[in-house]
Amino acid sequence: MARLLASLPFFIALFLGIFFLWGLNPDRDPNEIPSVLIAQPVPEFQLEAIEGLSVPGLARSDLVNASQPIVVNVFASWCVPCRAEHRVLTDLVEREGIRLFGINYKDQPADAVRWLSELGNPYERIGSDLTGRAGIEWGISGVPETFIVGETGTVLYRYVGPIIGDEAVRKIGTVLKQAGAFASE
Amino acid sequence: MVPEMGHFALALALALALVQSVLPLIGVAKKNLLWMGSTRATSVGQLLFVALAFASLMWSFVVSDFTVLNVAENSHSLKPLLFKVAGTWGSHEGSLLLWVLILVVFGASVSLFGSNIPEAVKARTLSVQAWISVGFLSFLLLTSNPFERVFPPPPDGRDLNPLLQDVGLAMHPPLLYFGYVGFSIVFSFAVAALLEGRIDAAWARWVRPWTLAAWMSLTAGIALGSWWAYYELGWGGWWFWDPVENVSFMPWLLGTALLHSAIVTEKRDAFKSWTILLAILTFSLSLLGTFIVRSGLLTSVHAFAVDPERGLYILMLLGISICGSLALYAWRAPMMEGGGLFKPISRESGLMLNNLILAAATGSVLVGTLYPLFLEAVTGEKVSVGPPFFNITFVPIMLPLIFIMGIGPFLSWKRSDFKGVLQRLKFVAVLTVLATLAAWYFISGGPVLGYVSIFFSVWLFLATVREWALRIRLFELPMATALRRAKGLPRAAHGMTLAHVGLSIAMFGFIGSSIWKSEEIAFVEPGSVVSIAGFEVTFNGVERVRGPNYFAERGSLSVKKDGKLVTTLFPERRNYPVAQSSTTESAIRSTLAGDLYASISEPSSKKARESGQWTLRILYEPLVNLIWVGSLILFLGGGVSLSDRRLRVGAPRPAVKDAQAVPAE
Repeated sequence: MARLLASLPFFIALFLGIFFLWGLNPDRDPNEIPSVLIAQPVPEFQLEAIEGLSVPGLARSDLVNASQPIVVNVFASWCVPCRAEHRVLTDLVEREGIRLFGINYKDQPADAVRWLSELGNPYERIGSDLTGRAGIEWGISGVPETFIVGETGTVLYRYVGPIIGDEAVRKIGTVLKQAGAFASE
Repeated sequence: MVPEMGHFALALALALALVQSVLPLIGVAKKNLLWMGSTRATSVGQLLFVALAFASLMWSFVVSDFTVLNVAENSHSLKPLLFKVAGTWGSHEGSLLLWVLILVVFGASVSLFGSNIPEAVKARTLSVQAWISVGFLSFLLLTSNPFERVFPPPPDGRDLNPLLQDVGLAMHPPLLYFGYVGFSIVFSFAVAALLEGRIDAAWARWVRPWTLAAWMSLTAGIALGSWWAYYELGWGGWWFWDPVENVSFMPWLLGTALLHSAIVTEKRDAFKSWTILLAILTFSLSLLGTFIVRSGLLTSVHAFAVDPERGLYILMLLGISICGSLALYAWRAPMMEGGGLFKPISRESGLMLNNLILAAATGSVLVGTLYPLFLEAVTGEKVSVGPPFFNITFVPIMLPLIFIMGIGPFLSWKRSDFKGVLQRLKFVAVLTVLATLAAWYFISGGPVLGYVSIFFSVWLFLATVREWALRIRLFELPMATALRRAKGLPRAAHGMTLAHVGLSIAMFGFIGSSIWKSEEIAFVEPGSVVSIAGFEVTFNGVERVRGPNYFAERGSLSVKKDGKLVTTLFPERRNYPVAQSSTTESAIRSTLAGDLYASISEPSSKKARESGQWTLRILYEPLVNLIWVGSLILFLGGGVSLSDRRLRVGAPRPAVKDAQAVPAE
């Protein structure tokens, strides 16, 4: 009995260890929170253009009648990881020819303009979501977040957090390839 | 050259650690004193080499040597010197090097200052410590080399995460690590005792100072971390039950249990296998923390860059050390029982309850922290566990502990006269009830749990003070005699009183700021008045001011209480044109009674902005400062206890003349 009791901590540790080993699976991402929007049509929303920027605004109709899958990125000038992600997104647009739309989440127009003029603007359309209303419709949990929308206006994929590092870029790349978003293919 | 020297020093440290992990054990088996004594040279040598490696990395940071990958990724030539230095441990590799440095600091200190420990015990303990060194040094060298070069070197660095560029956050990791890693030596002592198959009162006495030192650092690290989150970062709270906070809190809880159970082992020769188990588990939880933070297993605000390969290596280290030591425990522990018998009402029982509750509380935090992982593994569902879970599990488990903490010190060893204890506590009980009723009368409103918590905290405070007063017979004997008695008390007794009083004071802070916190958010224009917690706050308007590298819009708020001006607050909204970022600088009026916390921001609607309106957020957190005052006293209590002469020279405590009247210490 005493021996059994003394072995208990060992077995509990072993049991926990198995879970940890499972948790280390490189394909598992604790930040990846499934969206209820997946395989659903994009939500109803209509956003004005950012004041002082010549890029048009963004609405549901732009996503429904697109000829090619579209990447919708939620960003803000106040968000530090967005800065890191910006480079990756720009590369995707310039090298792979993807179409990138942006939702500028709870951001002052002047700040957003300054941010984009400093870093460059890879977005084809940007909706200014000052109130965060569209963010609620999309069900975002923070900034940045990225959605991939198919030609028919169906949400195919959602990525929470900045797309930085090989792992994240590979994952996004796979989904984009499947959706046929790369211009070269 | 310097980075290579650091790299080489690490390799040499690993070689020494390998020697130390084997040679002393053979020495013990062969009864060869020379081989046993080799730990002195190898442990000090390890310290020198690891310190050299650490200094090399720091030097590379200070001179901004961007040919070193780690520096290029985590520093910038224009960064202030302090943050260049702090950048040394800002990355995964650097912080792991700091981890190893503290590990060898503890190893070397035991070999240098542990002169009262028998050679064989010291040899075994330091050997075990060297196994841990081997594990982590090889981890550094094989998967996370901090000295890796990059060619061609980038013109400038990528800069440290701006969130980490804060004096507080720069100092927070070293303190926490000191606590975390300090428990390694306790672990080594435990494994050494298991290897020997014997543990006695002396063992508990050797372990106690190291446990106390680690526990004190962890206390300070956690308290400062929460202080910075609250004041510097303006996160609007001091504890979030974030996974990474939890993994630092669990070793603290179990370490506290260990401190108490080791007393029983020392005084009564009981709870032996339990104390050993606690020593193993406390360090295991520290290792678990290191693993969780670096493997990306759970989602957290604190996570480092994630790399599955590294995660696997740490998991392997964890598996070997934790499962290995627990298997050894399963084999050896059943042989170690025996020791003092005791009645249900006794000091031992009280400490047992303390241990059971602390262990259960640790368990609840562990379950809450790992539950998302379990659920995802079993059902694939993803959830996050937040404060509500911990509020309904952890808090009710801990409250009874606060109650028995008041009684425990009155109980004597073996068998206690319960009636006598109740007699002595009668006065305290009456006062506590009166104080709670008074609180209820004056505050009125708020949940029952709030008043229950107030009752327990007042109880703990009064009972602890009463126990101390009885010991020195304050008010019974003339003042001078009582003070002389206080001087004669062992420091450990004063330490206990201080620590318990500290906790009761911190409790008031926890209760006030979590249960009676109030918050107001309003659109204001010049002249608007907002009332909160008896204060009348008038918004006087906003002016533009210029700082050294920013522009700010500074709001001015007149705070009145009972019609009298108390203070004027100036919350700011800052805009840094160079860094292209804005920050919110809240203004705080901080008193022991509570903090008034104000911040302003531009309203989101354009119309409101044009009409000069602002969004004003005001928080009142009653008693919040008592959390840190209490933690400081808790920390000092540990310090006073650590300075006890028993721990310093291992001499028996001088007998107190009329020990009969005083419960045994």
